[in-house]
Amino acid sequence: MSKERIKIAPEMFEIMPSEYQDLVDRATYGKEGRGWKDIGTSKELIEEHSLCAGCPESMAFRYILASLPAPEDTVMVGSTGCTSLVFPHVGVHNIHSLFGNQNAIASGLKRALSVRFPGQVKDVVVLAGDGATVDIGLDMTLQAWFRQEKFTTICFDNELYANTGGQESGLMQKGFVAKMAPVGKTFEKVKLPEIARESGCHYVVNCTVSKPNLVEKVIKNAIHVAREIGPTYLQLYTPCILEIGKNSMEGLQEMRDSEKPTERFAYREYVSDEAKELLTELAAKEKERKAAAKKQLADKQLAGKA
Amino acid sequence: MSTMYEVLPGPEHFLPPAAASMGIRLPDPGQAHIHGKIVNEDEAMEVAARQFLSAKVPTIFPGPLVLWAWNEKAAKKATAIRHLYETIKECVTPSQQAMLIPMPDYRPKYPKINPEIEINPNHPNLTIWHNKIDACMFVGVHCHQANLSLKIIRGGTYCYTIAMCAQAGHEDAMVSFRDATADKIMKLADWVKKLKGSVEPPKD
Ligand SMILES: Cc1ncc(C[n+]2csc(CCOP(=O)(O)OP(=O)(O)O)c2C)c(N)n1
Ligand code: SF4
Ligand SMILES: [Mg+2]
Repeated sequence: MSKERIKIAPEMFEIMPSEYQDLVDRATYGKEGRGWKDIGTSKELIEEHSLCAGCPESMAFRYILASLPAPEDTVMVGSTGCTSLVFPHVGVHNIHSLFGNQNAIASGLKRALSVRFPGQVKDVVVLAGDGATVDIGLDMTLQAWFRQEKFTTICFDNELYANTGGQESGLMQKGFVAKMAPVGKTFEKVKLPEIARESGCHYVVNCTVSKPNLVEKVIKNAIHVAREIGPTYLQLYTPCILEIGKNSMEGLQEMRDSEKPTERFAYREYVSDEAKELLTELAAKEKERKAAAKKQLADKQLAGKA
Repeated sequence: MSTMYEVLPGPEHFLPPAAASMGIRLPDPGQAHIHGKIVNEDEAMEVAARQFLSAKVPTIFPGPLVLWAWNEKAAKKATAIRHLYETIKECVTPSQQAMLIPMPDYRPKYPKINPEIEINPNHPNLTIWHNKIDACMFVGVHCHQANLSLKIIRGGTYCYTIAMCAQAGHEDAMVSFRDATADKIMKLADWVKKLKGSVEPPKD
């Protein structure tokens, strides 16, 4: 079904740039159970990125795009910042919003899609930096949660305004000195995951993107819960290696160091009772699907041997 | 003396005025415009066909609405566009080079695009300059992006622009059709065939 929608007109196929031919032939649109393991074996939904070499945001992007449950029926809403440099290279519908407005845009979009395509799956996913989510866009972020808008908000938390050279953000740690915040932060990192829970989010996770399987799991959970129940929020640590003085190979270690049990990105999750029920159901279905797929493969191998 | 603004090949300015702001209006059904003057559609068919036959590099730029087979009508238009392209190729002399270059989508392609294989609405001039395109037709490009491209082309190149528009037409093209269908595109191909040999090919 989904592949049908991204068919190139046959007479035009040979003139299309190869990246589009690949996208149609070898991408994972419509593949059941798509996930991070498809990276490197099929066409990714991200062509290239324009971030600094080794920027953990680029890893996060890859894992997220590989894990969207229905990319052909997903619209992502971005905001200004380092993330916005990547969206032009992404093979999923996306809208760039005025800095901070992302959750307001997504609210309208999600409602419009529900009216235009009743009964069909249309996922809306906001992906923005911490400056956009927690500072300039905090009003829009919170109001969308209060209103129980059914979409996922992902914050790439790099603890400062990276794209404009390192200004202080609400998610910056207390005492941190950045290039454009020389005095050092005087107040604590805003506890947005807790605020999200209190504001009505049904699934909230705070973690790093050091483990692709974990990112896949939380993305899928967040999107499914948002589809069926209400707002969800993911705060992912994607350190700005440029601004914290690390080189391109050090992003992964920085994330590992920051996710230790006593650190600020130790895994934390809040799941509402309704969401728990849904996720249990989905997990059971997924188990069944995997068992059926395994059996099918075994049967095929057996038939091949016979 | 007429003071009507004429939509002519550029380079006009860095920022040419939107033709609509200069008083150019869109044709009604059954009509088209040539340089901003409302004419009947056949007249514009002839002018467009002559442009293809007299250009050194006559080019069609199909956009997403016809590149992707998202419904039956789009698929039919794609077939008609291919036919028009093949017809132009057959009808021009060996010194002319017909091209079919896609505009697959509208995202700004930074840091660069390959102007030999695609055109982007945010910098269409790059593809036109690189391939020395002197006449082109837009088809299947959403209105806003076509307007943007047509203006940039008029501003920075000498390319003659034709719009085969599925809606109400484009003021910023030198020739614009409206209500494009597969049949209309086939009709333009017939005009090219009919005029073959009667149009002076480009010098050198
Ligand atoms: C309305 C508006 N205000 C301010 C800016 C300037 N601006 C661009 S990027 C940015 C900071 C982005 O920080 P963040 O959201 O944390 O994203 P990051 O670059 O760190 O990924 C700012 C303030 C803007 N583009 N628009
Ligand atoms: S400035 Fe920082 S967040 Fe932005 S791309 Fe570079 S490393 Fe990544
Ligand atoms: Mg930031």
